[in-house]
Amino acid sequence: MILTGLCLTFLVFTLTNLYPNLEKLAKTQGNFRMSDAEVTSYLEKNGYLQPMFVKYGEWLGVLPSYRHENADGTIQGRCIRPGTSPEEAPNFCGILQGNWGFSTVFKDEVGSIISTRLGLTGKLMFWVMVVMVPSALILGVLAGMREGSKTDRGLSTIAITTTATPEYVSGVILIAIFASSAAGLKWFKGTATSAMESANFENFALPVITIALYGMGYIARMTRASMAEVMTAQYIRTARLKGVSFPNIVMKHALRNALIAPFTVIMLQFPWLLNGVVIVETLFNYKGFGWTLVQAAGNNDIELLLGVSVVSVFVVLITQLISDIGYVYLNPRISVS
Amino acid sequence: MEPLNWFEIITRVFIQFIPVWVALVVVFTLSMVYKRRLGLYGKLFDSTIGMIGFALVMFWVFTGIFGAMDLIITHDPLSQVSGMKNKAPGTPLAGAEEGYYPYYLFGGDNLARDVFSRMVKGAWVVVQIAPMATVFAFMVGITLGLPAGYYGGKLDTFLSFLANLILAFPVILLFYLLVTPEIVDTGIPNYMAMVLFIFPIIFVGVLLNSRYRTQPKVRTPMLIVVLGIMGWLYLSLISQPGTALKLLPDAVDLFNLQGGILVVFVSVVFVNSPTVFRIVRGLTMDIKTRDYVAAAQTRGERPWYIMLWEILPNARGPLIVDFCLRIGYTTILLGTLGFFGLGLPPESPDWGTTINDGRRLLQVYLHPAIVPAVALLSMVLGLNLLADGLREESLRD
Repeated sequence: MILTGLCLTFLVFTLTNLYPNLEKLAKTQGNFRMSDAEVTSYLEKNGYLQPMFVKYGEWLGVLPSYRHENADGTIQGRCIRPGTSPEEAPNFCGILQGNWGFSTVFKDEVGSIISTRLGLTGKLMFWVMVVMVPSALILGVLAGMREGSKTDRGLSTIAITTTATPEYVSGVILIAIFASSAAGLKWFKGTATSAMESANFENFALPVITIALYGMGYIARMTRASMAEVMTAQYIRTARLKGVSFPNIVMKHALRNALIAPFTVIMLQFPWLLNGVVIVETLFNYKGFGWTLVQAAGNNDIELLLGVSVVSVFVVLITQLISDIGYVYLNPRISVS
Repeated sequence: MEPLNWFEIITRVFIQFIPVWVALVVVFTLSMVYKRRLGLYGKLFDSTIGMIGFALVMFWVFTGIFGAMDLIITHDPLSQVSGMKNKAPGTPLAGAEEGYYPYYLFGGDNLARDVFSRMVKGAWVVVQIAPMATVFAFMVGITLGLPAGYYGGKLDTFLSFLANLILAFPVILLFYLLVTPEIVDTGIPNYMAMVLFIFPIIFVGVLLNSRYRTQPKVRTPMLIVVLGIMGWLYLSLISQPGTALKLLPDAVDLFNLQGGILVVFVSVVFVNSPTVFRIVRGLTMDIKTRDYVAAAQTRGERPWYIMLWEILPNARGPLIVDFCLRIGYTTILLGTLGFFGLGLPPESPDWGTTINDGRRLLQVYLHPAIVPAVALLSMVLGLNLLADGLREESLRD
């Protein structure tokens, strides 16, 4: 997993530090009429022209960081902040030392930007989970309880429809129905910008529902499939013959075994949800993590984009790990030793 | 002229779609008549859900094809008509000249273009890219997944590691890293195209070679002809004037994809193939323990013959179902790319771009965003229903 993480971050690092990106960075930081020689000298000064592996090592914080001696004898480098002398500055300053770099768009430390934005997105994700998981499980269990019945047909069609609706479609439709001033019901607000300080039902409902809908259908279908499978198992038949009531069978006998598969699916949904978050935050103008990703990528903010990528890649890897561990704990057939 | 009311709009839209209705009726009548002789495709017409899905999908396929032939559209999707900016559906054209269609059926967008025609043209973008990209993703996934599942060991570990690597990326991040103009300038998408598009050639080559290996007289000319044609197509596909890869002179270069399409195509194939790889690998690992595989091994068949002619045909059920779902997913991905303005040119009529244009004024004008949104929704829904119908019918026997 650490190897995967290293490979992924190196890949992102390489792609963001390609020469055209650096050239654009030099021009946005300096001025747009820089000559090629000026661009080269700017990049040289900031240590962007070293070999890729060296730069990666410095960024990670395992190699001593680059220092450049200017013509007038002053020394500048990544670790040397304005106001500190080169002798006091630490040798290593990469993400391992907690130095994530400086964002050129937001003019702020990348670390602090990411933590505030992650907080905002965390709030969104929390409510998405609160809405999505229980409703998906209820939907799936109800549909899978009696396979082939009318309820099953109806609920499955709903589940298929929600999986077929990407966020940018359902978001647009929901805004049109509930928020537009032209023809809509005007129950909710079409933007969630105000939800960043104080989230309430009116400004937060639509983004949450939009993300939850897309993920819900998929989880519900998985739950339905595993519920239907469990309901045909021998021990359920035994319980029925014994005379246990139907609700009791579902709640006490079937549910736990039926929830193993959906659990892994819910955890593996995180990468998808991250997608949804990016789309929904752009659509509703909620300035969270996904919105930051779009801004960083759109404005060639290399260090911020790197930070965002590292965080999102690690979120994905950690959820994969949790899903593996959780699978073992939930499944009585695999013993924890 | 008076604006049209909703009933008149629906009637006129219905009339515009007449070529599509005709084609749909022909397809359905033929399939219903011969359904007992058409295998799995014929059985699809036994399930209502499958039929609804198939109808929706074919509706958009025909719309795309006829739209590309300029049959359905009422106006040029790029031309702007003054005074039609953000006009409601059914507004008559101000000062319409002779020979122009007198109404904007679904209204005008924020640049005074016809929403209806753009929706129809957008179907063509999807119909062009989505199925082909999915086919390519399947070729890559199958060519790598079969040996990974069959041989196992180090090869499997390595390939699975690579697949997990790509899968651990959030898709949007990957798009932002691959499809920005700076990266396109370095030619990375072209090199990726070079790698990804070679897999169909390998696949077909190995497929034919393993089948006809014992008959060199048939095999050699066949391979030369097939690989020659595919190689030529391959080279003309990847060589683009003005990019890092310019392999063929213009005289032999058969076609050039227009701006952005190649990049979009490559990134969509790249995102989809690891999932296909995982599915194929899993299926292969399951099927390789069956008796008929053991029988083929005892017979002395070569590994590739077993993989391609014994295992692959037996894995077709889940693969066909996944193929339909994946086209839908690819359509969603294309929309996502358009929504973020990546890859395709900004005036492109594809649904994602149109939704993105329309959403800015969504509070006031609904139609420019709602029309493509509903179109995309119905197409993906159709593909999902079709996959569901296929799954049910293939499980039945």
